[in-house]
Amino acid sequence: MNGRYGRAAALIASLGLVVPGGMAASSPARSSPDEDARIVHALNRLGYGPRPGEVEKVRAVGLERWIQLQLHPARIGDGALEARLAGYRTLSLSVGELMKGYEVPREVKREIQKKRAEMGEDASEEEVARARREFMQEYAGSMQQMRGRPRQVVEELQAAKVVRAVYSERQLDEVLVDFWMNHFNVFAGKGPEKFLVGAYEREVVRPRAWGRFEDLLKATARSPAMLFYLDNWLSADPDAEPARMARRGGGFRRGGRRLPPGQGQGRKRGLNENYAREVMELHTLGVDGGYTQKDVTEVARCFTGWTIRGLRQDEPEFVFDARIHDRRDKRVLGHPIEGGGQGEGERVLHILATHPSTARFISTKLARRFVADEPPAAVVDRAAHTFRETDGDIRAVVTAILTSPEFLASGSRSVKVKTPLEFVASAVRASGARVTDARALARRIGEMGMPLYMQQPPTGYKDTSEAWVSTSGLLARLNLALDLAGGRVRGVEVDAAGLAPGARDVAAMAAALSARLLPAGLSEPTRRTLQRESGLDAARVAGLLLGSPEFQRR
Amino acid sequence: MLTRRFFLKSSGLALVSFGVAPRALVRALHAAERGRRRKTLVVVFQRGACDGLNTVVPYGESSYRKLRPTIAIPAPRGGGRDAALDLDGRFGLHPALEPLLPLFRDGSLAAVHAVGSPDATRSHFDAQDFMESGTPGVKSTEDGWMNRHLQCASQSSATPFRAVSLTPTLPRSLAGRAPAVAMADIGRFDLRPAGGAAVARGFEDMYAGAVRDVLHGTGQETFEAIEFLKKTRPGRYAPSPGASYPRGRYGDSLKQVAQLLKADVGVEMAFTEVGGWDHHAAEGGVQGQLAVRLRELGQALAAFHRDLGQRMEDVVLVTLTEFGRTVRENGNRGTDHGRASVSFVMGGGVRGGKVHGRWPGLSPDRLYEGRDLAITTDFRDLLGEILVRHLGARDLGKVFPGHEGSPSRFPGVIRA
Repeated sequence: MNGRYGRAAALIASLGLVVPGGMAASSPARSSPDEDARIVHALNRLGYGPRPGEVEKVRAVGLERWIQLQLHPARIGDGALEARLAGYRTLSLSVGELMKGYEVPREVKREIQKKRAEMGEDASEEEVARARREFMQEYAGSMQQMRGRPRQVVEELQAAKVVRAVYSERQLDEVLVDFWMNHFNVFAGKGPEKFLVGAYEREVVRPRAWGRFEDLLKATARSPAMLFYLDNWLSADPDAEPARMARRGGGFRRGGRRLPPGQGQGRKRGLNENYAREVMELHTLGVDGGYTQKDVTEVARCFTGWTIRGLRQDEPEFVFDARIHDRRDKRVLGHPIEGGGQGEGERVLHILATHPSTARFISTKLARRFVADEPPAAVVDRAAHTFRETDGDIRAVVTAILTSPEFLASGSRSVKVKTPLEFVASAVRASGARVTDARALARRIGEMGMPLYMQQPPTGYKDTSEAWVSTSGLLARLNLALDLAGGRVRGVEVDAAGLAPGARDVAAMAAALSARLLPAGLSEPTRRTLQRESGLDAARVAGLLLGSPEFQRR
Repeated sequence: MLTRRFFLKSSGLALVSFGVAPRALVRALHAAERGRRRKTLVVVFQRGACDGLNTVVPYGESSYRKLRPTIAIPAPRGGGRDAALDLDGRFGLHPALEPLLPLFRDGSLAAVHAVGSPDATRSHFDAQDFMESGTPGVKSTEDGWMNRHLQCASQSSATPFRAVSLTPTLPRSLAGRAPAVAMADIGRFDLRPAGGAAVARGFEDMYAGAVRDVLHGTGQETFEAIEFLKKTRPGRYAPSPGASYPRGRYGDSLKQVAQLLKADVGVEMAFTEVGGWDHHAAEGGVQGQLAVRLRELGQALAAFHRDLGQRMEDVVLVTLTEFGRTVRENGNRGTDHGRASVSFVMGGGVRGGKVHGRWPGLSPDRLYEGRDLAITTDFRDLLGEILVRHLGARDLGKVFPGHEGSPSRFPGVIRA
């Protein structure tokens, strides 16, 4: 703990910030109930909820300064996070390395299928285990080149997201990266996408999360992850001559079953409107942003030839293939676009990024994430104005939202229902748990209906309350609350009693735990429920608090 | 008038002591509910694209045998187990589906051939998505067709079990505004025992008190569901005599649907799914991977039918799969992604004993893109017919927006 506060103090000193009363840990500044409520609110919205002692820490820095710091994550040291992620070894591997090391060889895959079919459904566990052993011996040669199973790649990505949400000091950075990953959603369950997603987050989204929207949009458009997910890599001029098509062997492995569905032999290639539609509907203009089906088709024609080289072979990369590009002139949202190769797509992205509908659509979505399901019009107007004035400067837009009076107003507090990721991360943070392996936590988030990186539709996960309120989801939350507090989640250590040190009676313990876990205060029914507690069982009380209606909100 | 809670406590299994309500009222409620004869739709989604041609086999087509030299199912020969089981002189069941044959013969099971989606994608991902959203070609649809039906046909007496999915998360088909419960296993739909009864009571009180919270209703429904399920633990559930579900996850999920239906908890739509149909290699013919999957499916459906007995009169079960497979087998004794497949429809109002749907034929000029069984029945017309004629839906336009759901397009699989 000293280390962390030491770093915080050093950081604050290096920024030239004046810390009232010196070190945050030793001497909290004066507290007022409303100021603390604002701090809790900010910790819930800019990040994944308060950790023990964090309200005091922010109070010491000053809330406005803390928000400014979060808006400039590069100024926040986050070295300890890297050490926590080091155990997940697939995170730092390139796409090619992942494909080489974690994809089951084709011939082995086929044999496994055959074996399973032979054994049938009635095989006992022992039989299956024996067959597995024999199989591993038989194919030891082919499997030796594998460093792990394909599933491991997704599991580690999911775990890393949880670790970052729990431990990163750059909380707002993590929230914003998550926002953009959801906005520009891809689905790790679609064929080789699982090998592309990590690099997509690391190299495409994260470095541009705070930059110009247009740069982020263009980078996603060229990413193998997006090109594959929304099928643009398959899109070709339908009138491209077969001879022209045939020459396009390049980086593709043809005829094998590794080709994605729809790319089998004997199928005429043609225009694929998938990306063209989603880039307008979901990434920029919004569904009512003023485009027509004709625009979709024209945009699709502009993007013909935007494809992937080296998928499944080496390091996949964007390539423009002029041979399958539709060279005729187009017209998009009223703008004439002269047939001119790769530049057409770039031009389209510029038109979309600078369109007023985009400014409003992105601003609304950000305001929904940070303020309310139905964000106040004033906040959206201000953010959209900033978007237009700054040429889509994301940091400026987020700043406009987080510094608007509506953001900190009491009416905005606790109005959002936490998503499963937010709930789990905030419960772990609040309880001061130590996470040594986040995979079990990530699985729990999946059971609550939010399997990370596994949202199939391009819409991403919803950011409104009703999407996360269901019986199965609530039950999963209550059980996680009980398991977490009781120390029954694998890879997570928690000391519930330690959250209420020295409490001699139930009332004192409940009061201490409430202050820790729900610093914004308890509802009357929750308070009454705790009053009925008779045993000195900190895990139980902590479980009730983490499962309470108010903890489901932020 | 009646709260959900009141309704739940008063219906169903030996749902216990009731406190102050007079017994006559309880009986009246039972009678009212029974009198309404709640209709139920059970959806079975075969994820991975099932080979309809080796499921309901067009054994009379010469192209079928020619294009599938190693995996074709032989034409029926005297009911032998190594050949198709004849249905109508044109089509035969895969022999692994033998448990379904009596149901076809007694008129409670029908097949609809050449069913599929008008969107020509051959991506599992897109095709499942389109079939579940009910809007082929439109990716931004946020809710599923089953949920939209529930939204249209709201019910004052709806219970938390009105829409149930026996899956770990809510499937796309049931996503949306109308409440729906997902339970991987009803035997495990409970709070951790470590907390003890007092913890459950604590949670219940906290949520009951949160009256202005959107979580209030959900909390109440969750505890009602838990409370109800405590009375029907799977260990205590005994299927009807002769109903023998196959071992494994799929048999279990269908058994649990039967359990809920027999408990009269108000299920209107149930969803189950069974995977493993993507047989690019070693699909096999009479024996092989497909045979294994079909055996499980056939046993499960037959057991479900037997288990429900008379209640099957109020139930329609339909199987769906995102697309079919190539007519020609590939070099690995398997098939690649195709277009149309087959659906089974089973239940009381079903015009069974018949293979419905216009058969497009397998001669080269009849194939879609020269390789696949063409689609002659839009899956929305099949589902639309079931919704209208079985569940009494009135507004198909809301369930399948953008699709003209006129009865003239219905395949005619449900008695009007």
